[in-house]
Order: sequence, then structure tokens, then C-alpha cells
Amino acid sequence: MTQAPEKTDAEGPPIREGHVRLTIDDQVVDAPQGELIIRTCERLGIVVPRFCDHPLLDPAGACRQCLVEVEMGGRKMPKPQASCTMTVAQDMVVNTQMTSPVADKAQQGVMELLLINHPLDCPICDKGGECPLQNQAMSSGRAESRFVEEKRTFAKPLPISDEVLLDRERCVLCQRCTRFSRQIAGDQFIELLERGAHQQIGTEETAFGEGEDFQSYFSGNTIQICPVGALTSASYRFRSRPFDLVSTAGVAEHDSSGAAVRRDWRRGAVTRVLAGDDPEVNEEWIDDKTRFAFRYAQAAGRITRPLVRGDDGELHEASWTDALERAASLLVAARDGEVVSEAPSQTLSVRNGTSITEDSGDSADDEETEREPKRGVGVLPGGRLTVEDAYAYAKFARLALGTNDIDARARAHSGEELDFLAAHVAGTGLGVTYADLEEASTVLTVALEVEEEAPVVFLRLRKAARQGTAVHHLGQWSTPAVVKTGGHLVACAPGGEPAALDALPDALAEALTRPGAVVLVGERAAEVPGLYAAVSALAGRSGAKVAWIPRRAGERGAVDAGALPTLLPGGRPIDDVARAQLASTWGVTELPATPGRDAAAILRAAAAGELAGLVVGGVEIADLPDPVLAREALRAADVVVSLEQAHSEVTPYADVVLPVAPVVNKSGTFRNWEGRDRRFATTIDPSGGSSGRVGGTAAITLPDCRVLDTLAVEMDVDLFTQTPEVAAAELERLGVARPARPAPVRGPDHPDRPEGHHAALVVTEEEYLVATPAGLAEVDVVSVVEVDDEERAATTSDADGGLRLATWRQLLDGGSLLVDEPELAGTARPPKIRVSTATAQRLDLHEDDVATLAGPRGELHLEVELADLPVDVVWAPARVVEPGGAVTLAGLGLTHGGPVRVTGSHDGSQR
Amino acid sequence: MGMFDGLAGFGVTFSTMFRKVVTEDYPRVKKVTAPRYHGRHQLNRHPDGLEKCVGCELCAWACPADAIYVEGGDNTDEERYSPGERYGAIYQINYLRCIGCGLCIEACPTRSLTMTNEYELADDDRQDLIYDKERLLAPLLPGMEQPPHPMRLGEDEQDYYVQGPEMARRPDVQDQVREEIPMTPGAVPGEAR
Repeated sequence: MTQAPEKTDAEGPPIREGHVRLTIDDQVVDAPQGELIIRTCERLGIVVPRFCDHPLLDPAGACRQCLVEVEMGGRKMPKPQASCTMTVAQDMVVNTQMTSPVADKAQQGVMELLLINHPLDCPICDKGGECPLQNQAMSSGRAESRFVEEKRTFAKPLPISDEVLLDRERCVLCQRCTRFSRQIAGDQFIELLERGAHQQIGTEETAFGEGEDFQSYFSGNTIQICPVGALTSASYRFRSRPFDLVSTAGVAEHDSSGAAVRRDWRRGAVTRVLAGDDPEVNEEWIDDKTRFAFRYAQAAGRITRPLVRGDDGELHEASWTDALERAASLLVAARDGEVVSEAPSQTLSVRNGTSITEDSGDSADDEETEREPKRGVGVLPGGRLTVEDAYAYAKFARLALGTNDIDARARAHSGEELDFLAAHVAGTGLGVTYADLEEASTVLTVALEVEEEAPVVFLRLRKAARQGTAVHHLGQWSTPAVVKTGGHLVACAPGGEPAALDALPDALAEALTRPGAVVLVGERAAEVPGLYAAVSALAGRSGAKVAWIPRRAGERGAVDAGALPTLLPGGRPIDDVARAQLASTWGVTELPATPGRDAAAILRAAAAGELAGLVVGGVEIADLPDPVLAREALRAADVVVSLEQAHSEVTPYADVVLPVAPVVNKSGTFRNWEGRDRRFATTIDPSGGSSGRVGGTAAITLPDCRVLDTLAVEMDVDLFTQTPEVAAAELERLGVARPARPAPVRGPDHPDRPEGHHAALVVTEEEYLVATPAGLAEVDVVSVVEVDDEERAATTSDADGGLRLATWRQLLDGGSLLVDEPELAGTARPPKIRVSTATAQRLDLHEDDVATLAGPRGELHLEVELADLPVDVVWAPARVVEPGGAVTLAGLGLTHGGPVRVTGSHDGSQR
Repeated sequence: MGMFDGLAGFGVTFSTMFRKVVTEDYPRVKKVTAPRYHGRHQLNRHPDGLEKCVGCELCAWACPADAIYVEGGDNTDEERYSPGERYGAIYQINYLRCIGCGLCIEACPTRSLTMTNEYELADDDRQDLIYDKERLLAPLLPGMEQPPHPMRLGEDEQDYYVQGPEMARRPDVQDQVREEIPMTPGAVPGEAR
């Protein structure tokens, strides 16, 4: 303390309203009423040791480490007080361990007590080196232990879930983990058990020998806030010590939250990911997917060298020069409609057969001489791109390929969604924020299962709900997220969401008109015709703010960067003014004028032999609305260029595979659902310095924007996106140019709805029409995908019993960035079929039995669980990890709101 | 300048002939170092052959020359290298960097890392001067068993730390250590001196 203490606290400036004046360690300070003493000390730069205190958790006073001496009204309180539970008061005098020998001795005594049963295993403890107990034992403990008796021991480590290990010997019973689980995450799986010296942290399983695991999507946060090494993660166990890790700030890449993370890495590989501290976005919490899924960058399937399909029909490693030349010449030929199948691959005569088999050997450049020449290239960049990469894709499609056929939405999508994005999302900048959610009076989520699809948003909604916000969910059943955010469910049949929005309960409809009300809509709204239009209408009607929350990190950026068929960068529509402005900025004479095809249409066109080529980014085929059509399209396209991090299902079809950098090896920006730019620097630069290269784990790969830039140069076009920084600067210079009055969101019955976009909703016309409730028998649309009579009979027979499917994806369902994470996969929620009790009785299903979920293209066997679904509605996860690979319901020909068949299998032992 | 001046010069030569030579006949005769000379490191073993190293990386942290690289590993009941939960899965010392200061020895919490008197740390290949765990581990003495194997001396690691020093003080074990471990450079293990 360099300042001279002010003794005359009676004088001095007047005390602000709502504040009190007190003295801490001889310093006079004004503090807001209700502030905890420990926080006031922090503001003064006085560190009071503590374990249980955490600014985002309710005070507990559990560890007693923060004892200070308090004097009120000139009289000392008889015992030292816990500064983490006591609030400041007028004329209080606080003496911390800095000035009070009593407080110092009390703290030393508490520390001695805590260390009595704490094992001396710091050298092998994962927390060693960053451990508050270790540090504070040095700063406020006794130099020598007086405890010579035997320490209490427990069996260790005790796995309380696949990812979290518990070491009860090390625990100091601060209850941060239990308070986090109860207050923040709402998952009450971990509790304080027993009494006295036997008091310990445990789960139902550790207490009774059986019961539920510590199953939570946020369990990793308890590991991070544990002030000792009592909770450790199985994936980081003994991997490294904190002092030889390099910490780099980053941004979550697995969802659209834009959460701040800290990546700790060593020898070219990330060893762990921790939550960063960003009060405006994720506070100090992240979900387990963001925390534990990072090994994909080191996975065996990574592509680190360009691959070119050779004369023998196989992919061979090639130099960048050769690969780019080859890709450029193929794409130019495909763009201009020249015959490109001079490659000696055999013409495949049987391609349009009904049975489509995987044949990785065949090349995609086969000949279609009998038809009119194919022309044009479609671009599917995928939804995981940074803004800069998405911009490079958008520019590449318009300039190098001369087309608007680009769509970053590798999921169910619709023309209606494009209208919605143009009207409410593209170029709108920072809209609804996390803080808005917290302050909102009412929040309604539509087609969004927050905990599964946007876990960080879920945490904010739960915080808001605890503070009085009414959070309503439009959905089918009381999911954990509904229960944990206050339990307001507006139940509707799947597919009936638009009608439900038009006829909301009066109280809710009224609440949405109040200022601050927010409607959150998920990307799944595209699965229900008319839902985006209904959301838009609701917003117009009620004045509630609308935010669009996609699942993937790059979706919002792709919308703003123009990686969509009807939008140019900066939210510009494809009209003459915007094209002229953009053309002059880009230094070209003209830009393609016709609105492009969306992803489904691109795939249909490629499968039908209209498009000659495809440029595919990070797209997982199984995630596309119609995987069968996608495979057919890749097979039919003459030219397939794939830009991927790792071998994927696209690779066997590709003529040229160009490796791109995973997010840790590049810099860039993720624009999160709020519209907030989350810029991040390169975590591990494999090309610079030895640190990234030692061990040979980090391969030198380049970001998409650089690869596309060089590829375009080979095609005699300049993109000027050599680095993410350059691309970002250009995008910023372009600015935003939204139309003054955005076009209305046209639902399926809107008179202006363009014909081509109408059916683009989900996969083929086949399933689309099947999805209309009454029209089962009238399906007679010619589809590009042949569904044979047997399949159709299966769809249309009465055996389905009039059941309708509700579905969405779970957080952990075997996505391609979750490879090599067995511990994380073990914490996934088990996929189950959910039906109501009445429906289960009618169908003769029993809880925990295995039932068969059947669609036109296959079936799935899952356990049954009873839930409060509407009658005759079945819920199942949209994607299930099976031993043979991921199975999607779309792949089975099933859609949200569509018909489905469920039969109980009577040999319940098969699983 | 007298006529015997030249002979006087040779006098130095002749007198030196009968002095003790200062040159070493290395490598034919190995120099015997001081007992506490800082030579090549050694990773010691418990008396049953399990490794003492727990992979805590404190040696790497202490090293001022950044010569040590360690990665920890998880012992399992099926595959056990050390008593307790953790062992050093990867252990490398780079003798191109090591300055022989011995701070790593002081840092080691389990007395796993010590230094021998072996000083012949030269090679014609830089790669060969990065010693890995196999080259650093102490030789197996009689009664020791090559890990991985279960704990033979007790139920848990506490028993090892309690009984280990006792075992090491037993005269038979000490004799074996003198016999087996090459404290003197060039000595072949087991060869009587």
C-alpha cells in the first residue's frame, strides 16, 4: 500500500446513493450496498485467500478460508468472519490478513485443517502448478505441518462419468461443483454426501453403488472451477503440466455461440480447451463439446497433402502446383461446359439403378455423351467456415465460376429460409445479444432445442429464467432444457408450429408485445413449411425481436458473407444496383444475374446431369437433407473438388482434394448468432517457429481463403483473399447494403413463392409430399431418387398408424469433429424413442424395450422412453451413432412432422 | 651467452622426464571422477523393478537448459510401470543441451532421477544424444522384473515409499548396486574391480 491511509473518513466527498463507506486495511473505500467484503477487497487490490467463492455462483461460506476481522460500531465481532458471505456496511472496519494477526492466524488454522486430509500427491496431480490450494498453502499456510497421524484415504480416481474423474482425498468440500451443477447448469447429479469427517462429494452411483452418472453437457466446467485437483478430466489426465503449456485465446468452433475459449497446447497439439472469460458472451462457461472435442486436428484421417485422382482412378498425393493446376483446368472445363471426361476412367453404364452402392474406386468424371452437355459448377462450402473463408467461397463462386449456385447450408433448408435470412439476418449486424436474453421479460424459442443446439444460449436462458424471465419453448415435449428454464412449454404437433404461432396463448402473445421480448428461431424452422413466415409475421405483429440461432459456427458468417444463392456479401440482394456496386468494387465487368440454386437444387441438378461440377467444402454427406441424392450427385458430377481437413465421404468421389487448415492452425473470425464478430488468432502456427513443429503432429495446411485464392489465380481470376486479414478487410470495406424494405418472407402458400424454391424444403419431392399429413396416398411426383414400390408401400400403408415424427439433433451425436474422443462420446445422452404413455399403450411399447423406427429407406432400433408428447407423436434424435457409422433420420427418409412407423420388437434383448 | 646454455635448456627436458606426467592416457585408461561428479542421468527403479519416475515433469520444469522432455501416462492394473496412478510414458534428456547442473536431481520428488559418473557423452550423430527412457533407466538387478508388472512390494504406492529406503539400505541390495551399476566409466557391469 503506497497510499497514505485517510484517517478522516467523516469528511471527504459525499457518499453516493446506494453506497456505504467503510475502512479496509486502513483504506477508506466506498462500496455499493450489498457488495461482499471479498469483492471490495479485490477492488482495492487486497487478495483474500478463498476456495468456495466464485463471482458467478451464489455465496456459500463453505471453506472458511477467507476469514477477516470485522469491527462494527467500534466493537470487534467476537470471531473472524467469512468475507465471501458478509456484505459491506456503513462504518464497518475490516482488517484482512494484511493488517490483522488474528485474521492471519485464523486463515493459517483453516488452511491447516484443509490440508489434514489432503494427500501429498501434487507431483502427479493434474492441478499441480495451477492449483489455488497449492498457491494459497504457500501464501497463507504454515511452513510446517503438525499433523503426523494417518490421513483419511479413499479409493481413487472414481469415474463419475466417462469424462469426469473424482478424487475425494483431494476435495476440500468447497461445493463449487455442486453449486455450479445446481445453479448454472441445472443438472443435479453431483451432491454432498455423508456427514462429519466422512463428508464427501458424490453421485447417486457412488452413494448407492448404482444410479445415474454425472450426466451433463456442462460437466467440464466443474473441472475448471475446482480449486483443488478433486475433479479432473479423463481426456487431459496426465497429458501435461500447466507450466509447459502455451495458452492461446480462441473461439468455440463447434456451435454458433462464439464462446471465448483458451486452448492450451504443446508440441504442435492441443492438450486441452478451457472456457475463456467473456462476460458479454459465455461468461466463464462452455459446453463439453467445445471443451473436449479437439483431437480431430490430430486424427489419423487428416489430409495434409493435396490429392489428385490419377490415371489409375486412385487418389495420389501431389504437389500443390500440380493439384491446383489440375483442379483449375477441371473447373474451367466444367464451368464452360466442355467435355472433361478425357480422363481414362471407365464410363459407368449402370448408375441410375435403384440400389446405390458405395463404390469408392470409381471416378466421378464419367461421360454423359447422350445428353446435352453439362455446364456449370455448384459450390457447397459447408457451415463451419470463418467469415473470411465464407467470403472467399462467395467470391470464388461469383468470379471464378460465374454462378450464384452456392449454398453453405448443409442441412434441411428452404427457399422460405432464404427470404427469412434476407429479411431478418443478413447484414443486420449485432442484433439480439446474450445480455438482451438476460434482460428480456419473455423469450420464446421456436424450432430450437437450446440445450442440444445452442448450449451456451441455454445457460444464459437458464440464468435469465432464474432472474424472472419467462422462457417459453414451442416444442413437442418437456425436454430437459424446458424443465431447467422454468418449464413453460407450448406444445404442438410436429409440423403444426406455424399454426401454433398464429394461435399462441393470449398471455404469451400479450407478453411478446412488451418491450424486450425475444423470439429465438432455430435453423430447424426450415423443416416446417411456413414456420419462418409465421415467425416473421409474429415478429411484425408483436414487435418482439427475432434472433436466428443456427447450430454451426459458420452459418451466420456465411449469410453475411454471401455464401447463399440469393444473397451477395453484406446482405445485398441479387439486384442490378447491388451487382453493379459489387462488380465495380471487385473490379469485374459483371456478376451473374440469376439467383442461384440452393443446396438441394444444386445436388438435384448435378444428379440430373445439368451441373458438370461441384466444389465441396466441409460437408458431411449424412447431414445433408438427402444423403442418397447427394451421393448420386457426387457420382454424376464430372468434376468434384473437395476442400477438406480430413478424409470424408466426399473424398472417394473427388478428383482433386485440397487440404485446408483446422481452426487451430488459422486465424479468422466466427460471427456468432448475435452477429458479434469473434476474431481469433492462430493457435498453433505449424510453419513458424519450432514450437509448432516439434513432434511432427501439426501439419502445414492453409486456410480455405488462401487455397481458393490460389486456385482462382490458376483460373485467371484474382480473389485477393490471400490471408484472412486481407479478406476481412475487403469484406469490411464492402460494408452492408441491405435493401431499404426487405422482401416479405414468403411461406409455401404465398402467391409469389417461386416454383423452384417451393419444393426445396427437404430432400426430394418424394419426402416433401410425404410430409404433408393427409397426402400420403397421392404421392406421384417424379423424383430424381427412385423409391421403389416396396418402399413406397411401406410409407403409405396403414401400418404407420398415423404416427408423426418430431426430431432434432442431440449435442453429441458423432459429428465429424468428434472423432477420437471416446470419453466425450461416453457422456452423450443415449438416443431414445420417446412417446406418450397413451401412444405407447396403443402401439404396445414398453419403457426401456427396444422399438423399431422405420422410414422408407431403412429402420433404426432404439430404446423407448415415455414422455409428455402429444398423442400419436414420436420423438427420436435426428442422428444416431451406430456401429457402422452415423444414421440420420433424413437418411431413412423421415422428416420432422412427417409420418413414421414404430413397432415394438418383441425380442428386447437385441441391444 | 655461454656454451652450456643449450644444455641448460635440455636440463628442463631431462628434469621433466622424471616428473609425473600431466597428460591422460585416455581412452586406454579411463579417468576416475570424483564420487559426486555430474555425469549421465539415471532413472532408478524400486527394488521389484517398477520405475520410480511418476512423470511429474518437475525435472523438466527445473531444467535451465530445457533439455528434458517428459510426458506422463496412466498406469492401469493391466499395465503398470510404477506404483501409484501415474508414470513417465516418455522421458527424454537431450545431452546436446544438458549443462550437468543437477537441478533436475534436486527437483525430483521420488528420487527417481539421479546422476551417474559416466561422462562419455559424445557422439557423431546429434539424434543419438537425445537419450530416451530405455537408455536412461537403471539396469535390472537380480530380483527385479521388467515392467509392466503388478506391485510386488505392497498394496499401494505408500508401501513403496515407506519400505523402499529400507530395502535400499539392506546390505545385499547395496552390494548388488555396487556390482551392477557402472559408477566408474568404462567398467563393465558385474566385472569385479
